[in-house]
Amino acid sequence: MELVTPQIGLIFWTSLSFLILMFLLKKFAWAPILGAVKNREASIREALESAENARAEMANLHADNERILKEARAERDAMLKDARDIKASIVSSAKNIAKEEAAKMIVSAKAVIENEKVAAISELKSSVGSLSVDIAEKILKAELKDPEKQNAYITEMLKDVKLN
Amino acid sequence: MKTVLKTFLLIATFTLGNLSLFAQAGHDHADHTGHSHAEETHTDTASVDDTHAEVTPADEKFDAVAVIMHHISDAHDFHILDYTDDHGIEHPVSIPLPVILFTDGDLDVFMSSEFNHGHDTVKVGNHAYFLDHGHIAEVSGSNLHPIDFSITKNVFSMLLSVFLLVFIFATVGRSYRNGVLAPKGLASFIEPLVLFVRDDIAVPNIGEKKANKFLPYLLTVFFFILMNNLLGLIPFFPGSANLTGNISFTITLSFITFLITNLNGNKDYWKHIFATPGVPLWLAPIMIPVELMGIFAKPIALLIRLFANITAGHIIILSLISLIFIFKTIMIAPVSVGFVLFMDVLELLVAALQAYIFTLLSALFIGMAVAEHEHN
Repeated sequence: MELVTPQIGLIFWTSLSFLILMFLLKKFAWAPILGAVKNREASIREALESAENARAEMANLHADNERILKEARAERDAMLKDARDIKASIVSSAKNIAKEEAAKMIVSAKAVIENEKVAAISELKSSVGSLSVDIAEKILKAELKDPEKQNAYITEMLKDVKLN
Repeated sequence: MKTVLKTFLLIATFTLGNLSLFAQAGHDHADHTGHSHAEETHTDTASVDDTHAEVTPADEKFDAVAVIMHHISDAHDFHILDYTDDHGIEHPVSIPLPVILFTDGDLDVFMSSEFNHGHDTVKVGNHAYFLDHGHIAEVSGSNLHPIDFSITKNVFSMLLSVFLLVFIFATVGRSYRNGVLAPKGLASFIEPLVLFVRDDIAVPNIGEKKANKFLPYLLTVFFFILMNNLLGLIPFFPGSANLTGNISFTITLSFITFLITNLNGNKDYWKHIFATPGVPLWLAPIMIPVELMGIFAKPIALLIRLFANITAGHIIILSLISLIFIFKTIMIAPVSVGFVLFMDVLELLVAALQAYIFTLLSALFIGMAVAEHEHN
């Protein structure tokens, strides 16, 4: 019976000790330990999350790279095609221009040649004229040294000139 | 006044110096009172019959029940050993503890050594006290038991455990101050236990949100019981007290659980007691008393479980040891020691298990009181 009879003294000391113990441990043990554990758990969670994020970012980056590469390749192809087109068009237009130019040049050359020919002909004509005049003059001078011959020539000339 | 001073000095130190002091006192007593006491029984076990005073210790029948009851009960001193001198007088040797008594409004404080193992009557102030089967009684007329606030064996053991716990956990707590990432040393041993209480006891039973509020109580009660269970397994000073197997101790702790449970009980908790949902009204006269009984049955189950488990463990170990003295042969010792070794290991398990169960059930009761029911 004594075993199951509570004693007021022990109850008092137990209550007091326990409450003091709880207060002290709460302040000096539970708060720092649980706080540290919570912080650590939070930091681990953060680390895991950031690792996950980094992995996703890497995947994104990879996809981006792939896309950019593809785009670049397409762009390059387009540029090459453009360049080829441009080259072709430049070449053809150059050809056309050259043709036109050549045609123009030919035309102008022909004109110049014509002009030159005309000029040459006229010059030839005038020089032939003056030459023949000179020759005629010289011939006349030589022929008409004596006045008889002059009169005879004039008369012959006058015969040719008929007043018609 | 001198006595009081001495008492406080002794409370403060509790060194083995007390032992020599007490042995001295015992010796003086033997000198002064001499023969008259030789006729009395000089064993300090509680129930030795006075009529056996003349028998020599060798012929004395070993009373296992008395020895065991003495060891699992509280005491005012730490009994170390008994020796018999040349005259056949038995001298108990023990470490004295302070006695603090409230009698008719008077505070009387003295060392338990002044009882001289129950042989002497102590006169302090207006009162005289003697040891009545391990309990302090007042001599004057009515033989009343004064209110006893003594630092008994159990109280001393408990204060020691408080000191140890504060020391251990403050050390561990301090190691977290500089924000270490992983626990080191003692903390790496303590932290899993703390997390065990949090993750396997508090959170599953109370719920993540409310567990934090009750964690300090649950952690403290777990380690307090565990430490005292373990101290109780040490068979000599400063252990050997059967504190967690003492009904006063378990009553106090389960009363705290009772208070926490009922003070934090929410509307649902009280509704389940006074108007259990789904039960017809005419059953209320039966249901309400049953539910009210349940409120008290829970902590009572808690206190009896701890008390009975620990006391039973102590009784078994002491019984096995007593076999040696019952059979009066050393030959039985290997068997006893073997079994005691086995029991000690088992008791280590029980020490942890009972601390766990007490904490688990406290958490369960608290969890039931604060649970948010979703059915409405």
